[in-house]
Amino acid sequence: MTNAPLMTRETVINTLLALLLLAIPLGASAMGEPFYITLATRIAILALAAVGLNIALGLGGLVSFGHAAFFGLGGYAAGILATHAFDGVPLFAGIPGTASMPIIWLVAVVVCGLIALPIGAISLRTTGVYFIMITLAFAQMIYYFAVSWPAYGGEDGLSIYVRNEFPGVNTAQPLSYFLICYVVLMAALGLFWLLRGSRFGAALQAARQNATRLAAVGIAPFNVRLVAFAVSAMVTGLAGALFADLNKFVSPSMLSWHMSGELIVLIILGGKGRLFGPVAGAMLYVLIEYALGGITERWQFFLGLILLGVVLFARGGLLGLLAGKARHG
Amino acid sequence: MSIALLLEQLLNGLQLGVMLFLMAAGLTLIFGVMGLINLAHGSLYMVGAFACAAVAAATGSFWIGLAASLVAAAAAGAIIEVTVIRRLYDRDHLDQVLATFALILIFSEGTRWMFGSFPLYLDIPPLLQGAVPLPGGGQYQLYRLAIIGVGVVVALGLYVLISRTRLGMRIRAGESDREMIAALGVDIRTLYTVVFALGAALAGLAGALVGALQSVQVGMGEPALILAFVVIVIGGIGSIKGALFGAVLVGVVDTMGRFLLPKVLALMIPAAQAGPIGAALASMLIYIVMALILAFRPSGLFATQS
Repeated sequence: MTNAPLMTRETVINTLLALLLLAIPLGASAMGEPFYITLATRIAILALAAVGLNIALGLGGLVSFGHAAFFGLGGYAAGILATHAFDGVPLFAGIPGTASMPIIWLVAVVVCGLIALPIGAISLRTTGVYFIMITLAFAQMIYYFAVSWPAYGGEDGLSIYVRNEFPGVNTAQPLSYFLICYVVLMAALGLFWLLRGSRFGAALQAARQNATRLAAVGIAPFNVRLVAFAVSAMVTGLAGALFADLNKFVSPSMLSWHMSGELIVLIILGGKGRLFGPVAGAMLYVLIEYALGGITERWQFFLGLILLGVVLFARGGLLGLLAGKARHG
Repeated sequence: MSIALLLEQLLNGLQLGVMLFLMAAGLTLIFGVMGLINLAHGSLYMVGAFACAAVAAATGSFWIGLAASLVAAAAAGAIIEVTVIRRLYDRDHLDQVLATFALILIFSEGTRWMFGSFPLYLDIPPLLQGAVPLPGGGQYQLYRLAIIGVGVVVALGLYVLISRTRLGMRIRAGESDREMIAALGVDIRTLYTVVFALGAALAGLAGALVGALQSVQVGMGEPALILAFVVIVIGGIGSIKGALFGAVLVGVVDTMGRFLLPKVLALMIPAAQAGPIGAALASMLIYIVMALILAFRPSGLFATQS
């Protein structure tokens, strides 16, 4: 790698994608079109959730079909804390709710990490199809719990009446809220980049490529995978908290298996295991949804056809088409 | 709580189990023979239910509808096998999940396109209306008993098919060594299509039978699909015996949990809290059972070595 150019084609495309995502809402704001700012915020948050999943799925090869669980848990963390703060009723044992985003994010991340550890510990005893199905089943378990637990809205969901606060920023303004989400997304991409280049990242990718060899050099694949699964869940949980604040609403649909499927779709559309894959995927997905949704009520039918085409014929995703094959196997 | 009520719930659990077996048998067969994870199996269940409801409404006969559901689901299965699924056999599971997820979107939206967003209704056929007395003084719906009977017949039929017929021999051979059976001159592509269509027909049958108990609507296949996944994970993927055992276990545990847990909790905590907590716990129960089983037997109870 001594002769590598300063900027590879992929780096150029990544930079362009980052700038494009920033330019859309800035332009929309200048033209007084707040709808497009919300659309861009949606892209940033979905991309963030998929960056989380990309740690487990892209780097570790762990096909989690249950990441909606963490997305939803993050959302419910935001919704429940905000509701208690709004009503002035303590959460339990005298602990008050809060409307402060940094605290909510911390709670969402810690809760997701703590729940991901036991789920990961059981699921990672299995591999292949079993892993896919057991992560799905755990997510369903949490989904049904949320549906049948009446305290926080049950099936109807939970409204957040006022968007939570961030020190020094007016979060009610669409552009400010977009910028918060954008900064968090960039921080998460930085984390992904650091992780991929670290010793830990090397071990995680080795666990995907050949777990036996990794074990032979004295690193237990199980531990590496478990940590990756938990970190992955924490990032996706953070995205869930932001998503709840974007919509000012949380419902069990954030926990549903359709959501888990969508997160995988985002990664595959963009390019599995690549730094900006989730960003490209989320942009493409929201664009397809918006463009097709404008033409036909039956847009999901055509989304299915497009997806099928990508899986069968364009395996590298959007980044694979734009930037060539991934360097990492 | 009387014995009759308990027996009724037990039969309900068995009926749910039988329905799950029809779904899970196809899923596990397809995985065992072709190594494919098929999320669109729930869509085939839905196709069966819609075909039965539409044909029964047009002809006035549930039985013609039932036959139509088998034909429609098997045909839909064969069509997607030839056009899409066939390309996925040597792909990794991630691609299979995504492609079949895409098929769900296409099937669900396509069905909504054809039949509209309102649910269809399917009546229980006159022959099977009414109830039979239970020991202990209760009554039980004849139709649900008939579903249990269908499950027993299908389980026996599958056993005979797999262990006693030439097709079954080929299916077993395909499970253990697909290159070898192809080398021996068996047309493996046709065999795969037949197995997929068979699994689809079973799913369609389940959809049609359940369609008379609940409304026939888009999305009905998804809860059934996920429960069927739990079943085959518990039973061991690829094992029909495991699917039967897992299906009955899941059906009975789920039904009895919903019935008994709130009552048991009411003995310990105030009744006003026991209801919702019991219901919430009951809805999680089968997943807890699955997690426990997998924690001790990571490849299920009747795992076939692969």
